Parts: sequence; C-alpha cells; structure tokens
Amino acid sequence: MVLTEMTSAGDEETGPFMNVHVTVNGAPRSATVETRTLLVHFLRENLSLTGTHIGCDTTNCGACTILLDGKAVKSCTILAVQADGRELRTVEGLETDGKLHPIQEGFIEEHGLQCGFCTPGMMMCSVALLQKNPHPTEEQIRRAISGNLCRCTGYVNIVKAIQHAANKMAGPSGGGRP
Amino acid sequence: MTVHGGVGQSIKRKEDARFVRGKGNYVDDVKLPGMLYLDIVRSPYAHARIRSINIEKALKVPGVLAVIRGKDLEAANLAWMPTLMSDKQMVLPVERVMYQSQEVAAVVADSRYAAADGVVAVEVDYEPLPVVVDPMKALEPGAPILRPDRKEQTNRIWHWEVGDREGTDKALKESDVVVKENLYIPRIHVSSIETCGCVASFDAMGKLTVWMTTQAPHAIRTVFALVAGLPEQKIRIISPDIGGGFGGKVPVYPGYVLAVVAALKTGHPVKWIEDRSENIQADSFARDYHISAEIGATRDGKLTALRVKTIADHGYTDAAANPSKFPAGLFHIVTGSYPFEKAHVEVDGVYTNKPPGGIAYRCSFRVTEAAFTIERIVDSLARKLGMDPAEFRMKNFIPPEAFPFKSALGWEYDSGNYQGALRKAMDIVDYDALRKEQAEKRKRGELMGIGISSFTEIVGAGPSHTFDILGLKMFDSCEIRIHPTGKAIARFGTKSQGQGHETTYAQILAEELGISSEDIAIEEGDTDTAPYGLGTYASRSTPTAGAAASIAARKIRDKAQKIAAHLLEVSPDDLEWKDHKFQVKGVPDKAKTMAEIAFAAYTNHPPGMEAGLEAVDYYDPPNLTYPFGSYICVVDIDKETGEVKIRRFVAVDDCGTIINPMIVEGQIHGGLTMGLAPALLEEIHYDENGNMLGGSFMDYLLPTAVETPKWETAKTTTPSPHHPIGAKGVGESATVGAPAAIVNAVVDALAHLGVTHIDIPITPWKVWKILHEKRAA
Ligand code: FES
Ligand code: FES
Repeated sequence: MVLTEMTSAGDEETGPFMNVHVTVNGAPRSATVETRTLLVHFLRENLSLTGTHIGCDTTNCGACTILLDGKAVKSCTILAVQADGRELRTVEGLETDGKLHPIQEGFIEEHGLQCGFCTPGMMMCSVALLQKNPHPTEEQIRRAISGNLCRCTGYVNIVKAIQHAANKMAGPSGGGRP
Repeated sequence: MTVHGGVGQSIKRKEDARFVRGKGNYVDDVKLPGMLYLDIVRSPYAHARIRSINIEKALKVPGVLAVIRGKDLEAANLAWMPTLMSDKQMVLPVERVMYQSQEVAAVVADSRYAAADGVVAVEVDYEPLPVVVDPMKALEPGAPILRPDRKEQTNRIWHWEVGDREGTDKALKESDVVVKENLYIPRIHVSSIETCGCVASFDAMGKLTVWMTTQAPHAIRTVFALVAGLPEQKIRIISPDIGGGFGGKVPVYPGYVLAVVAALKTGHPVKWIEDRSENIQADSFARDYHISAEIGATRDGKLTALRVKTIADHGYTDAAANPSKFPAGLFHIVTGSYPFEKAHVEVDGVYTNKPPGGIAYRCSFRVTEAAFTIERIVDSLARKLGMDPAEFRMKNFIPPEAFPFKSALGWEYDSGNYQGALRKAMDIVDYDALRKEQAEKRKRGELMGIGISSFTEIVGAGPSHTFDILGLKMFDSCEIRIHPTGKAIARFGTKSQGQGHETTYAQILAEELGISSEDIAIEEGDTDTAPYGLGTYASRSTPTAGAAASIAARKIRDKAQKIAAHLLEVSPDDLEWKDHKFQVKGVPDKAKTMAEIAFAAYTNHPPGMEAGLEAVDYYDPPNLTYPFGSYICVVDIDKETGEVKIRRFVAVDDCGTIINPMIVEGQIHGGLTMGLAPALLEEIHYDENGNMLGGSFMDYLLPTAVETPKWETAKTTTPSPHHPIGAKGVGESATVGAPAAIVNAVVDALAHLGVTHIDIPITPWKVWKILHEKRAA
C-alpha cells in the first residue's frame, strides 16, 4: 500500500468547475461542482437530498427519477450543469405543509413499496404521468413506469397506488393538485 | 377482544413513513466528515497471470491518496479470506485472476470521480491463461487445474449424495414407466435495486464501525473478528435500511474488506459503493445447476422412485451461502409434494473461471432448483402416461393425514394439505373450462398452455442439531423491554430488507402482550444493541426470530402474571390471560392490563422480585417449516414471434398463520415476479473465453411492469404445529414455485408438437426456433 500526501489533492488540478444554480422543491440552491458531475450526485452529495437513489449505470432502473421543469428525467443521465437555472422537484418536495402528496398516500395505502429503494423514482415518474394524464388506464400506467425497475413488489400494488392517487387527485372537487 | 395491530390484521407499514418521504437511510446516504471513496480495478480476463501492477500514474491522479494491491494485503495475511463453505477466496489476487471482473486493485481518493479516474490509470500487465467455462469439460481428464493450491488436484470441489442408491436403481428398473429429463437452471443474479456497499470508520479508540449492506450483521462481525484478528467488542456492524437483499447481501465481498483496510491505513472513513455492472459481474450468482432427473411410476400412475444427478458450477471457489453440513443446500427436498419410497440425489460441485457464489435468489438454499426439478418432471411423466397433470398430482400427493411426514431423503414435513391448495387453484382458474378452450384452440392451430406447480418449500433454518454457518448455530433472537408507561422496544438478530419487520414483529408482540403495535418500536441491524442472531435469508425471520418474539413475550407474561397477582392481591394461579390482560378467573372486571403491570414493575413490584419488565429469547427451532402452494399459469403463444404471454397466473399459497395479510400478499407478488424472471428473461451467460454476456441492466433483463402480469393470489391456512403462533414464513415461496408453472404451461402449449422440455429462460427466439423446426408456425 502506498500513500501519497493527503495535501496533493488540489482543486486546481481537477477538471473545470462551474457554479450551478437551481430551484429545488421551490427553494434556490447552488453549489460549485466539477462540470462532469452528474445531476444525481449533485442532488445527493452537494445538496444532501439523498431521497433520490442510484440503482444502475446504464439508465435502465429509474431509481434516480426526478422532475426537471415538470418532466420526469433520469438524473443519472444529466449533468448538473445542464440543470443550471432550471426547476427541479425531488421526492423531498412531494409533501407540502406536513401533508403527504396523494401519490405518497397511494403507495402507503396500497402497499406499493417494500424495501423503498425504487419508491422515490417510481413516485416521481407517477407524478409526471398524472400531470399529463390524470385518468390513466392500467395499461398506460404500466407503460409509463416501464423505465422504473422494482425488484420487490411485482408492480401490482404500484399500479394500484397510482390509481389510488389518480382517484384522490380527481377527488370530489375535481382537479386536485399536480 | 382484539388488540390494535395484532396478528392477522392488514395494518399499514410503519417503515413507509420514512420511505415515501425519501428519508430512508441506506448505506450510500451515510456521509461522514473527511470520508474518502474507494473504487476497484477489475480484470478484463477470465483467467490470467498478473505480471505486474503499475500504480505510479494512478498515484499522480489528482485526489488519489492510495492504491491497494494483493501484495500489500499479503503482508497482513489478508490477501485471502475464508468463504462460508470453508473454501477460500481472494480479497485481491497476488498471482492470478480467476474470473472476468475480479477485483485486482483498489484506489482510494477524496471523491468518487477521482477514485474512478485512479482506477483507469492503474496499469496491469496480464498473461492470459486457458479458460475453463464449461463445468463438464472442467471434469474431463487433462482439464487445466484451476485450484492448484488444493491437495486434491481436480476441479471437482466435492461429491455429495443422499438417499438409497441401490433401492432407487432397482425401483426404477422395476417401474412400468420411466421418464428422464435434462434440465439446466442457468446462472442468474438477484440484482436488488440497491447494489452492495459500505462505509468503514475507525474512531480514536480504534473501534471499527461499518455501515454495510448485509443481511446478517452479527455473523459478519464475528467473521471480521476471526479473519482480521480485531477484538469483537471493537467491531460494530450497522445494517441500515437495505434496498433489497434476496440472498445477494449475505456474503462478504472483497470490497467490504478493502474499505476496512483503506480506513485503517488512511485514518479516514472510507465509502465503497459498487456500480450496477460490477454488482452483476462480480457479486455472488445463484443457481447454475445442470440437472439430470429420472422418475418412475406404475402403469396406473403411482409414483415409484426418483433419481437426480447434478453438476453444480460454483465458479473459482465454493462461496455458496449454505448451512455447513449441506454443500448442495436443501436440494434434497427434491421429492417435493410426493411420498416417494425410494429416492437418490447426487451433486458434484465444480470449479470454473467464473465468479463465485451459489447463493439463493430469493429462496432457501437451493429449494428452487429442487422444486423446479420435481414439478417439471412430474409433468413430463403425467404426459407420458396420458394423464392430466392435475389429476396425476392429486393421485400422488402426500395425503393430509400423513403429516408429520418423513420424506425418502430424510426431511420431516410439519404440516400440509396439498390437495386443498390445488383444488382451490383449479376452482379459481376454472381448470376444466380452460382445458376445453385449449382443445378447441388447438384444432384451430392456436397455441395455449396450462401449467401447474404444486411445490413444497423448506424454510426457517434451522434446528441447531443440524444447522450452522461456520459453526454458528442457526437460532435467532428477540429482546423485549417494556417501559414504565407500557410502551415497548424490541430488538432482533434478523434484518429486514423490505419484508416489513418493523410492522410484523410488532404485530406478534401486540398479540402476545396486549400492547398496541403502534406502541412497540422494533429495531434490527445494529450489532451494538441487537441480540445475536444469524440474520434474514431463507425465509427464516418469522420461523426463528418471529418465534423468539412470541417466546420472549411469554416470558414477560410469566413475570407480569406475578405482578398482576400482587396488585390484585390474589395468587398468580387465580389469574388467566384473557382478552389481552390478566383477569381473575370468572371475574372479568378484576383485571390488570400490561400497561398497569409495567408501571408497577418499576414503581411497586412485589417484594423479593427484581424490578423491570424485560426478556430475551434465543429460539432454536425444533424443526424447519414447510410452506406450500399450488400455482396455475395460463399462457398464449404468438406463433409469429414466439412470444409467451402470461394470460393468467393464480397462486394459492399456504404459509400457516398469517401475521399481516397485506404484507404476505405483497411478498407473494414480488416472489412471483422473481419466479417469472428466470423463467422468461434472466440469464447470465459466458462465451468460451469466459467473457460475461449480459453484465449490465442493458442485457440482463429484470421484469418491468409491462412483462409482469396481474398476479391473482389466494390462500389456504395450515398452521405449523411446532411454531409458537403456527406461522411458516412466506418471502420466497412464490419464487420457488412459479418457474415450473410457467415452463409447464409453455411445454403444455407445444406438447402436441413433441416438445417435452425447454430450458429457461424461454425467450421468444427459443420458441420461434422450435416452431420453425416443427414447421408449426
Ligand atoms: S440510476 Fe438507474 S436509471 Fe438512473
Ligand atoms: S420496493 Fe424494493 S425495489 Fe421497489
């Protein structure tokens, strides 16, 4: 084992840096990061928002799904610098004023999660779906979440959780919140 | 009177509150001041001599602090570590790499990205060696010996057999009908959505804490103490929230050890989190059994004997996670749901240039291989006899009155009603109508199949007389403390990875103690606080730690009864535990609740009695438990594309007493999906040079919501006679039972073309080829 001097890690020697400003869950946040930093690492490590997870290295699992300007994206496949000046929503922003979002309620009520690792990404993907299509069919739900892998639940209860949220958001007063 | 959140109630899960808010605490969420990152250099070759490892360039990469090689570890006697099966495994190689993607060196840096840069800059000079991929060829004379370090100069690791060889040979010879099938159950990978990783940190007093993706934290602590020579009180293993385990988080992987070494050498906390591709390519695989099975029957369809021979591909070392006495796990449950008089099983473990393993894939030590074999070949035999597969099973099942039943290979099944489960599944699916529909479709040239699997599980390892891992007996534990205000905390030796222990254990305790489950906190996974236990895998938590919960609670009740007697000024014998409190017999309003008793235990306990209300139990199960079920799968096959579409799948499970029906159903849904996966999609394949084909989620296909059907579940309830609340465990039943139902359905759809078996995964390409060969498309 060979140790180099701890001090040799000079910032100036690593790749170019950039200051990234974003709005996350309604609040302005910024950090200076290497330009190659992935958005998911920026969220998890620079902003300490660890609810967004990493499950693969090939853009297949969807554990990292967040909303970027309202659209569901896989944050492992976007650079932090590409999000500069834009609006992000993560799982931490679903609950408002101490009230769970209907999708969170749906996952609890219908037992749509087990280990919980896929859950944040699955919920963010669902929120994007329900924004576009407030009354999806089962087939449409299954297609919409087909880029999000869950190893625990077998999806049946995830589908029910999304239907639960759709019904709730349509609600007696109609509309509901996005 | 029911207690809130008692046994049998579908209460919502406690753990969900943090998970839906993104507030789970998984290993990669752990962040310590000054933490460094470790990344691993891996071999591009499946078998090669290492001529040199040049780390100079890597050390110049900005942010890189250290590079660890095999020879650095050798000095500390850490280049090798023992496997759970008393073989040995490299942490880092000194001389040779034995499989593609094997760990070759570790780079420590001040960021993930710098560590990855360092990995690219390490220069390794390899001399490729002949590669052994096929385990049959590995056994041929003249094959390169992969493990010259062993006394026996052969690639055969062990030979193991059980049963009556001569008796079985004779019974098969005398059978009217004998059917033989060769079944390959390919190498697959559990691929929990969270990969493996850890954070290792030494404090100023030299105490090591490791946050680790492990299903068995206590066993890991002991292994670390024995291997690294650290005093065990100075090791703390914390298994925080775990993003799925399924057996893949039982072994000790080199990355964990390297993180500890790196933390020791640098004096900083070190994090190692593997990438998905590393996870698939290098972590323990499951299955890889080449099975040849022969089964006999009389002309009128009564089973006579079963003979099974298997070549088990273990990769370069036997790192299976099995109880010590069973090199092939519990594979000898292969007689399944049938009362064979004669049976014989032999298994040969073989070395090849592949990653080590032989772990379960959501199953109890090779029971899936066993259930698949028997349920597949019973189907072939029924077909040969011209009997309906349901009728054939009904005729041959172990009858309900025969339990406890001693199997030909030595297991004692605790309870069962196999006819009841199959009958229920047939009713739900309307079996007779489906057979009619199939006959009509066949006339029109359409391909439809119906497949049955009536499996018997074997879980809850296990009784200490037979079950140990590295000598550690396979008991499990529960420790309960009731606080003065009547609230409680209970800690366990197991570790949930999504099964919902925080909810279900509290339900068992609520039922036993008369305290609402909401008032009971459940903790697991911290070796500094939890009682010793062997962890969660093989569906063992409910049969072992769940039983410990009941027994510990009953110990508390014994003491509580004396306190209640003191408070009510009666003799303890005058009291009975009724409606979740102690009441004077025949006088229901003279009673004390557990909350009242708990308060007294700290404020007004009887003279001569110790204060407090606590108990611990280390539960040594008297036997395993034997959940079972009957599954019926209906498939339609597209003749143009060869695609298999699961139209219906009805699963009737019997796991004894159910603690939380909602959670049990969820476990079955997940298990079925992990049964569908190897049947239709997943396989890890190697080319002749030992290159892994399919080492990422691009090619290793987990079922998505699109391929997964809408599972239909139902239950029968046959309690275990020896478990304190009659529960049997359920986490893996569906993974064990489902593959045979799916394959049987596909074969059933193609049987009129002369097809008797198709190896899994049954891809559209395989089916399309068969249809073209048979000119049926
Ligand atoms: S981490 Fe898997 S898709 Fe982003
Ligand atoms: S709940 Fe575990 S991966 Fe979905």
